[in-house]
Amino acid sequence: MAERPEGCALVTGASRGIGAATALALAADGWPVRVNYRSDEQGAHEVVARIEAAGGSASAVQGDVADGDAVAGLLERGEDGPVLVLVNNAGLRLDGLSPQIEDEQWQRVIDVNLTATFRATRAALPTMMRARFGRVVNVASIVGLRANAGQANYAASKAGVVGFTKTVAAEVARRGVTVNAVAPGFIETKLTEEILGGELEKAIPARRVGTPEEVAACIRFLASEEASYVTGTTLTVDGGLSA
Amino acid sequence: MPTDVTPENVEKTIYDGLVELGTERDELSREATLEDLDVDSLDLVELAQIVEDEFGVELKGDDVKDVKTVGEVIDLVVSKSS
Repeated sequence: MAERPEGCALVTGASRGIGAATALALAADGWPVRVNYRSDEQGAHEVVARIEAAGGSASAVQGDVADGDAVAGLLERGEDGPVLVLVNNAGLRLDGLSPQIEDEQWQRVIDVNLTATFRATRAALPTMMRARFGRVVNVASIVGLRANAGQANYAASKAGVVGFTKTVAAEVARRGVTVNAVAPGFIETKLTEEILGGELEKAIPARRVGTPEEVAACIRFLASEEASYVTGTTLTVDGGLSA
Repeated sequence: MPTDVTPENVEKTIYDGLVELGTERDELSREATLEDLDVDSLDLVELAQIVEDEFGVELKGDDVKDVKTVGEVIDLVVSKSS
């Protein structure tokens, strides 16, 4: 296995939830981490502080991933080197039954969850290919794999991420670059706080919702040198919900 | 600072890049076809990145889709910079 080249990790949407837990996990693996945020500056700085307190290196970088220019800026080579680990985590949901989803609700979800993943990956790959090392991990969702009424836009975006992941993985595999996805089930995050609780947990074989750290652990593995022969896959992290 | 885009500089960068991608140096010439050198589309993407890093010249997918020979790649880079 080739030695890991010098570079950094970029985690989009890393001011809280799965992104924050992932930033912490990658920093623990020795990566300098760019902690991206759109509006939660305080949250991003808290993540950076936690990483630094643990002996790691990180910087908070503002940028809305729905903005193509901002995405290009996030991927530029900096003092922390080129981005060799990219975690496309930033996401949002704007739920509604499909007959009632407005064009704006559709487009915004596609822009943030799918188009931003494409743009960031496109910007990252040439450098990764040159380095003969790269890890792209896309945060999909089990809703991209199975039905969840009221989330047609979100489901389409996440299913798109799964398909995108497979194809890009096949394109760049021979350059030492892997592209994988994780598909979280119900995880305790800001994104899910309104829908968790009640009868939901009974439907999960593990009888509980997951934690951001449990998802981050899987992303950490997929981003590691040990996962060098894993590419194009989508790892479900859902307590058995989709089993 | 990007390197000056002269035909000589571009030829050297392209030749070095192709060698890095696995081509034998003694097979290289302006007339050699990318097909004969086993340079595929992914190699061209990487070669475009090498060119951009060295000269600051950006080659898009549409730019390179019709090039057949090493000489055409060199001429394309030189023409894009002018």
